Amino acid sequence: MNGPLLKVENLTKHYPLGSGIFKKSIPVIRAVEDVSFSVEAGETLCIVGESGCGKSTVARLLMRLVQPTSGRVMIDGTDIAGLKKDALHAWRRRMQMVFQDPYSSLNPRLTAGQIIAEPVENFERLSRKQRQALAADLLRKVGMSPEMMHRLPSELSGGQRQRLGIARALSLNPSLIIADEAVSALDVSVQAQILNLLLDLQLQMGIAFVFISHDLGVVEHIAHRVAVMYLGRIVELAPSEALFAKPVHPYTEALIAAAPVPDPTRIRLEAPVEGEVPSPINPPSGCAFHPRCPLAVERCRIDVPPLVPMPDGRVVACHVRAPATDIPGRLAEAGDCPLYPVAMSETLSARASRVHR
Amino acid sequence: MQLHQIAGNDLLLDVRNLETHFYGEDSVTRALGGISFQVKKGETLGVVGESGCGKSVTALSILRLLPKLTARTVGGQVRFHGRDLLELSDREMRKIRGDQIAMIFQEPMTSLNPVYTVGHQIAEAVQIHAKASRSVAMEKAEEMLRLVRIADPERRVNNYPHEMSGGMRQRAMIAMALACSPELLIADEPTTALDVTIQAQILRLIVDLKERTGTAVMFITHDLGVVAETCQRVIVMYAGQIVEQANVIDLFARPAHPYTQGLMRSVPDRRRGRQPRLPEIPGIVPSLREPIFGCSFAPRCPFVIDICREKTPVLRDVGSSHAAACWRAEEVMGA
Amino acid sequence: MTLLSAPVEYVPTGRLRISDVPRLTRRHPLVSAGSGLLALLIILALAAPLCAGDPVNMDPFKRLQPPSAEMWFGSDNLGRDVFARTIFGARISLMVGLLSAASAAFAGLLIGVIAGYSRSFDNVVMRVMDGLMSIPTILLAIALISLTGPGIGILIVAIAIPETPAVARLVRSVVLGVRERPYVEAALCGGARLPKVLWRHILPSTIPPLMVQGATVCANAIMTEAGLSFLGVGVPPEIPSWGNMIASSRLYLAMAPLTIFAPGICLAVTVLAVNLLGDGLRDLFDPRAKRRR
Repeated sequence: MNGPLLKVENLTKHYPLGSGIFKKSIPVIRAVEDVSFSVEAGETLCIVGESGCGKSTVARLLMRLVQPTSGRVMIDGTDIAGLKKDALHAWRRRMQMVFQDPYSSLNPRLTAGQIIAEPVENFERLSRKQRQALAADLLRKVGMSPEMMHRLPSELSGGQRQRLGIARALSLNPSLIIADEAVSALDVSVQAQILNLLLDLQLQMGIAFVFISHDLGVVEHIAHRVAVMYLGRIVELAPSEALFAKPVHPYTEALIAAAPVPDPTRIRLEAPVEGEVPSPINPPSGCAFHPRCPLAVERCRIDVPPLVPMPDGRVVACHVRAPATDIPGRLAEAGDCPLYPVAMSETLSARASRVHR
Repeated sequence: MQLHQIAGNDLLLDVRNLETHFYGEDSVTRALGGISFQVKKGETLGVVGESGCGKSVTALSILRLLPKLTARTVGGQVRFHGRDLLELSDREMRKIRGDQIAMIFQEPMTSLNPVYTVGHQIAEAVQIHAKASRSVAMEKAEEMLRLVRIADPERRVNNYPHEMSGGMRQRAMIAMALACSPELLIADEPTTALDVTIQAQILRLIVDLKERTGTAVMFITHDLGVVAETCQRVIVMYAGQIVEQANVIDLFARPAHPYTQGLMRSVPDRRRGRQPRLPEIPGIVPSLREPIFGCSFAPRCPFVIDICREKTPVLRDVGSSHAAACWRAEEVMGA
Repeated sequence: MTLLSAPVEYVPTGRLRISDVPRLTRRHPLVSAGSGLLALLIILALAAPLCAGDPVNMDPFKRLQPPSAEMWFGSDNLGRDVFARTIFGARISLMVGLLSAASAAFAGLLIGVIAGYSRSFDNVVMRVMDGLMSIPTILLAIALISLTGPGIGILIVAIAIPETPAVARLVRSVVLGVRERPYVEAALCGGARLPKVLWRHILPSTIPPLMVQGATVCANAIMTEAGLSFLGVGVPPEIPSWGNMIASSRLYLAMAPLTIFAPGICLAVTVLAVNLLGDGLRDLFDPRAKRRR
């Protein structure tokens, strides 16, 4: 089949607040608003953003754990957003999910073997022997010893549990794995182990990932392309190298500048962005980022900026840096004036003296 | 131990051989295995390590806030201004906690009372400390909220904690902690629950306030990036022990303990360029329920030699203000 | 890192082995005492025909006799063996208690699980449950028995109905909590269908609180049965039950105190055993409750 593995078009999810028997209009939480992207086979697309930006809702919408308000989710050209339960069942095999919390995402009463073989047993009957062989095989794939299959989750470490979560996702041989903050709850040394495992699996099995994370270091390490979300919308979607080398949307730039860097010789002059993320119940008019944006002009308060394609293959939603007209040349201009400069090198001695004071 | 003994005048907190055990139904967990360190007046000391390494337990042991039924500090001294905090009565300790040592936590909701307004809670702390009248204390509360850069403090003093966002609550927590102008602020993962842009704001705030008030800060975190941005001196903990101690620049330039080195390398870092694989630390943290022979990091260590499995290395000087508990620290620094 | 724990759900930390039993007995004395006592009572009740005489045989020449080798607890006003009646009475009490608890638990589980999963069912049925909760057990029992005539079956129904809402509510709250858990979502992602999710991932979590609640219902049921029988609207008078015994002997308290004390003490011990077991199970499943005391 040609075309992308996963194609998401205008995906929108509004959560009504309370029921509306007595009220005329119910306030809604605009969790996800008009989100479109695609994922090629074997590719890693990362979705980054801060809490409340809707990135986890996107994951749940893709898995059909929640029903979209509108929009389409297409796998190999078939829209699964509208499918009924029985038709959906078959598509479950194509897409699997790895959860954030390695503790609460495993049933504490089942053994490791039962947990990782369960998805297969939803589709076919397994004899005891077949199940054990399957579990042993999956455990080996995620770097665990097959003897572990008789353990309960409480007898395993955090990293081992996350490996189990991955093994469970692998059991159906999916083409796409959605990982919602899959390494955020882990310690850094274990996080490195799990990231390496995911990369190895991608190489060996050609699995595509939708990797949802707030950690830009992790994202830069594994992403092929990155979508940045703010308040339910994608504000920038770009190839990873381009995005980190030259962020175009002011929010992307702020996000990258805000991530702490393990380098004591670098001194941050100012916090990169003031203010807090507004409520998705009553988002600002126009561009949702305008109240915090140092570049905001009148138009940002009025119009929602459309996602505009740039010459280097990215799309950006910003009236100032990616105006819908006059696209050529804007990119270069934007890159020349970073909003959030970070003082380097010459401040080294200043910092050193501060340290030794 | 004679490691970089700080001269008497500069010394604020002197922890010696602090040892804390947790008691389970049929096991004892040696959460802290006799650690010693010092905090100078006005400095920011970072305490880093992964979960279970004992960094939070250190803070709770110093403040004597351990859960009474399950944990006990079994040995050592915590000398604050020359007085051993572990010997004080509960009443004296409460006074120290309110007045001279303050603490902020990862989740501010756990330490803010949901049924009182934020202003009320800050004012209460001020009243206890300064014997001020109610109205003066409320004014002070407002001033504190302004100090931590909460927008619109006149209105915010009357907010309940649930009416604030996570970042704002953490600011209010800091305002409350600083209301009594403590000499030492212990911050336990204060930004871990926050988004990166908010984290950047709070870190900036802590650094600014520290410089303005001269409060010493003990900053507990698992994030090396946060340490690099805020701290002057750093302690690295592993399995209930201090494995390395250095000023921040030396530590990041030439880590002397294989664990510190492994930790730094396993964080994705763009400055090293895109790597196909992250260097990982193999294996898992040892259980602190069983006795550990030799170096606790030996089973995971790429530098391991025979002596590591037999004799426990102690913290020793490897530079002018740099100490590590490793038999092969010099070689590690060269690697 | 944090010392605060999330809301506790009972999590097994290993499989139970026979060799664990002595250690568990030491660690959970309440469960051991309660279950031991209860087991003893059940064995006695089951073995009643073997170890006790005839409980209904009347002997007008041996009325209100003191204890003797032949009749250990003496005889009542109709000359029946009090010991035999007490032992056989245990059968009634335990049967009513256990069956009421089982029916209330079963009905409550069914209603609670459906209510936890279906919003429309929830809205309607939980209001009905609220209504049922407001009916006093004794009144309901009297009303039902006056309709059908006395009998053990109708007694169990009458006791179980008002106990069901509390169980249903408990189960519903557990289901509502567990269905949002990531491992349930993970099961759905893995292609599990609803019945399987319910059976494999949700029902097991309801069992521990259900057992605790069941013990309370059981103790209540035993007390209620005795009360109703004492009032003469419970177990038919020809069947020996502790409530009947106390009722028929209350006039002879001064002459033959054992006719009242034997069933009375047994009643107290049985309820105590059930309550001990219930408390112990709660401590076992929610270690925080124990620490708080």
